[in-house]
Parts: sequence; structure tokens; C-alpha cells
Amino acid sequence: MIHLEQLVKRFRRQTVLQGIDLEIERGHRVALIGSNGAGKTTLIRCLLGEYQYQGRVLIGGLDPRQQREQVLARIGFVPQLPPPLRMPVGQLLTFAAGVCQADPARMIEVAGHLGLDVARFRRHPFVKLSGGQKQKLLISIALGREADLLILDEPAANLDPQARRIFFDLLAQRQERAAMLISSHRLDEVAALVNRVIELDQGQVVLDDRVADLVDLSSRLDCHLTLTRADEAFARAIAPWGFTSPDQGLTWRGQVPGADRLRFLGMVSRYAALIGRLSLDEEAHGKPEDPLV
Amino acid sequence: MKNFWLTAQTDILESLRAKWFLAYTFIFGGLVALLFVFGLTESRVMGFTGLSRLMVTYIQLAMAILPVFVLVTTVRSVAGDREAGIYEYLLSLPIGLAPWYWGKIGGRFLVVFLPVFLAMVAAIVWGASRGAEIPWILFVYYTGLLMALAWCFLGLAMLLSTLTRSADVAQASAFVLWLTLLLFLDLILLGVMIRGQLPPETAVAIALVNPLQVFRTAAMLLLDQHLVMLGPSAYVILDAFGQAGYIAYALLYPILLGTLSAWAGFTLFKRSDLP
Repeated sequence: MIHLEQLVKRFRRQTVLQGIDLEIERGHRVALIGSNGAGKTTLIRCLLGEYQYQGRVLIGGLDPRQQREQVLARIGFVPQLPPPLRMPVGQLLTFAAGVCQADPARMIEVAGHLGLDVARFRRHPFVKLSGGQKQKLLISIALGREADLLILDEPAANLDPQARRIFFDLLAQRQERAAMLISSHRLDEVAALVNRVIELDQGQVVLDDRVADLVDLSSRLDCHLTLTRADEAFARAIAPWGFTSPDQGLTWRGQVPGADRLRFLGMVSRYAALIGRLSLDEEAHGKPEDPLV
Repeated sequence: MKNFWLTAQTDILESLRAKWFLAYTFIFGGLVALLFVFGLTESRVMGFTGLSRLMVTYIQLAMAILPVFVLVTTVRSVAGDREAGIYEYLLSLPIGLAPWYWGKIGGRFLVVFLPVFLAMVAAIVWGASRGAEIPWILFVYYTGLLMALAWCFLGLAMLLSTLTRSADVAQASAFVLWLTLLLFLDLILLGVMIRGQLPPETAVAIALVNPLQVFRTAAMLLLDQHLVMLGPSAYVILDAFGQAGYIAYALLYPILLGTLSAWAGFTLFKRSDLP
């Protein structure tokens, strides 16, 4: 689906991408990792046909620079930093759906599943939304249409656990028929989402590995937690995950999205001294319902 | 075509929300109101009175304000959007570069032209309601001149905003361009150049190339048919063009200059890095 051949990008005297060769197929969920300045954003902008470059970039056999409309019609893109658009949410949806020839109702539906009530924010300037709300809207625009290549730059960074769970479910629905390129500074943020890892360093691919594809994106883990004593800070930290306690904070129960287990354990590890018992049980739970059905 | 209209509509709505547009509309609406308040419809200058007199004054003021407003606001918004990362996102959507670029110009043209035009229409309506004679020829001619001037500076602004990568540089360049054109409006400067052995034909050529001067001369032509106010260079202009020829030149040259500038901007835009 994506074919890169000796891709070179220079900005005046600085060479940011130094002859990248890559092949990414449908069904690949790629973590694009690397430190700041490694070339991740430049690579993404070349794929989106936004930069001039040397070498060859083909998406579905088409050049994103020459045939940008056909290529971009297949790509759902979520940027790392939401653009400071002053236009109201409703107008952004109308514009995006119009140029994508998509149904805005489907985008609104996806936003609703992610917990964003578009009707309420329709007249709000996009730039005035919170970081999480902006991210949800941009994800809705990317996933609320038929895109078979998803390019996501730190897509879940600003999402609350509930929205992350829905987001993973939405990605799970497309994992067989789409390719995904998920950019991040940290592998642990996206590790559970991907089946391939590509690391860039100073404009070169320094690692390209397939990883075990064992995590079901739509799975749930039943979690039981027992603390040695109730703790207010812990209660605040676990509340966004949707956990409840029947005994004033001594034991906690809830569900963790399978793809988010590492992030959840990272949060819990901050309170390791309080943990008396912890269990995560995947088998006890079946697949969730399709959020868009 | 659908994407052209979508982009134009988005740019129009964006401009209507912007503070610069409020100021712009207020200035031109306010100008007409002030001209009425100070009785310019009643005064008589060089045979002009009533609405004709008001429009002659209005067009002179529009010439001073419209170019710098169009230049500065357009380059700031286009280069500013690119700098802020708005292009990275909006141009990741499946829209062609031509509908995007020309849609932006189309929307922006309506936004800069309509307030100026509507202020003039308001003056005509108000004057007619008070029984004043409507100078239709002047109205149509000035409407054409204002359209040509707005288009010309819009094209120049789009070229500047594709040449520069930051909003501050774009704004400074727009200002320098406007000051340069303003400098060559100065008849004293042209006089000094002629005294310094500059051939008069060169001075006239400079006046014919400068869209501000072209507009100024054209506006003058209807109230001073022999261009007495312009001095000896008027003979060269009138001999070369004739009155009707110069009016046609004053309408076509700025449109051509604006279109060529916008086209050059589009060619650069297509070939450059977009965000």
C-alpha cells in the first residue's frame, strides 16, 4: 500500500530524510517512533503530498504529490498538534465532509461515541475546545469516512481512558482492511496497538521489526484491585478509568482496554506501595459490541 | 468546482469573523457617512457637486486605504495560517491545490470588494432618496476601478504570501511594497528624477507601471479631462492613449497585473512545500 524508494528530503543544507526505503501493506499497524528531529513528521508530510522530495513515494500505486486528491481521499490523518482553526466545529465538519465526499452524520456519530456532543459545540470555534475535544473531533473526521490508510500522530495522547477504549475499538474494526501508521515519541504509548515497529534516527530507518500481534485491540480486561489502605490520590487517578469501589476506596473494580494495559499498569505503578492485590483477567470477557452498530 | 466554492465560503466566513474585517467595513462605511456629514455632497469643486463630488472624494480616499488593507490582511492571514500549522491539517484533506488557492482568492476578493462597493451603493441610495441626480457613468466607472484595484493588490498579496514563510516577514514585505508604490506616486520625487537627467519617458513609464498611480490618474481623468493637475506628463499619457484608451488601460492593467501575480503565486505554491 505504501511504497517508499530512496526517499530524501532536504531543507536547504539539512538532510532530514536520508534515502528511506519502506514497504507497508494493508493490515500493517506500524509504530513510527524516534526522538525529536528523527524525521517522523517530515516522513508523514511526504506521504500526505505536502512536501517536495527526491526519490519515490507511492500510495496505492499513486503519487501523493501529482494525484493528491485521489491519494488523500484514502488517508485519514490526525495531527499531533491540533491546528488553531478559528472556524466553528460545525463549519469544520461541513468543510471536511464536503471535500472528502463523506457523510457528516457519520463523523458526528463517531464523535458521539468518543464522548463529544457535536450539537453542543457546533457553534464553538474549534480553537476554543479543550485538547481532548479537539483530538476527538479530528479522530472523528479521520475515522468517519472510508479511509484505508490511517496516519495518526500521537492520536490518543489527549484522550481520557473511556475515549481511548472507544478509539481502540474503532481501530480494531479497520485493522484488517486498512494500514495504520501511528507516530509517537515513546513506544510504550503505542506498543499494544501495533504489529510492526519502525524507528527513525537522523532521517534513517534504524529498526524495522514485526512484533507479536497478540493483543486484540477490542479486548477488555476485568481488573480487581485491593489496596492496603484507602487513598484519595489513588481514587482520583483511577476514576477516569471508570473504576468503582464498593467499600470507600479499599477495593476497586473495572475494565481496562486490552490495548491500554501498559498505560494502565504505568498509572498503577505510581501507587505500587499501596497495592495489596491486583488481577487482570482477559478470558473472562468476550468481544465488545461494535460501537458504530 | 465544489471544492472551489467550499474553500471560498470557508474563507469568507473566516474573514467575517475577523476583527480586521470589522475595522475595514467600519472605515469604508464611516467614510461615506463622514462625507455626508461634512456636506461634501453640497460643495462644488471643479464643476462637480452632489453625489459626483462625494464619489470623487470617496475614490481618492479608497485609493489610499484599500491597497494597504488588502495587502497587509491577506499576507498576514495566508502566511499566518501556514505558520500556525493550519495548512498541514487542511491540506491533508483531499482537496486540489487549484481549488484551494483560487477559492481562497475568490472568497477574499468578495470580502474586500463588497464593503467598498456597498458603501458606494449606500451613498447612491441615500442621495437618490433625497432627490440628488445619480452619476451613473461615474458610478459604473469607479466600481470597475475599485474591482481592478482590489484584484490587483489581492494578486500581489497572494504572491508575497507564497514567497515568504512567516507572517511577520510577509507583513513587512507587504508594507515595503506599498511604501515603494507610494513613493513613486510622489510627483516631487519624479520631478527630482527628471532634473537628475532621468528621461521624461522613464518617469511616465514608472507612472504607468505603478498601479497606484494608474488608479490615481484614472480617477482624476473624469474630473480633470486634460489632466492639468498631473503636469506635463499628462501630454505623454493623453497622446499615447487618448482619454478612452487610458480608461481602458486603467481597468485592464491592474487586473492583468493582479492575475499574473496570483498566477505566479499559484505556480510557486504548487511547487513548494505546502505547510
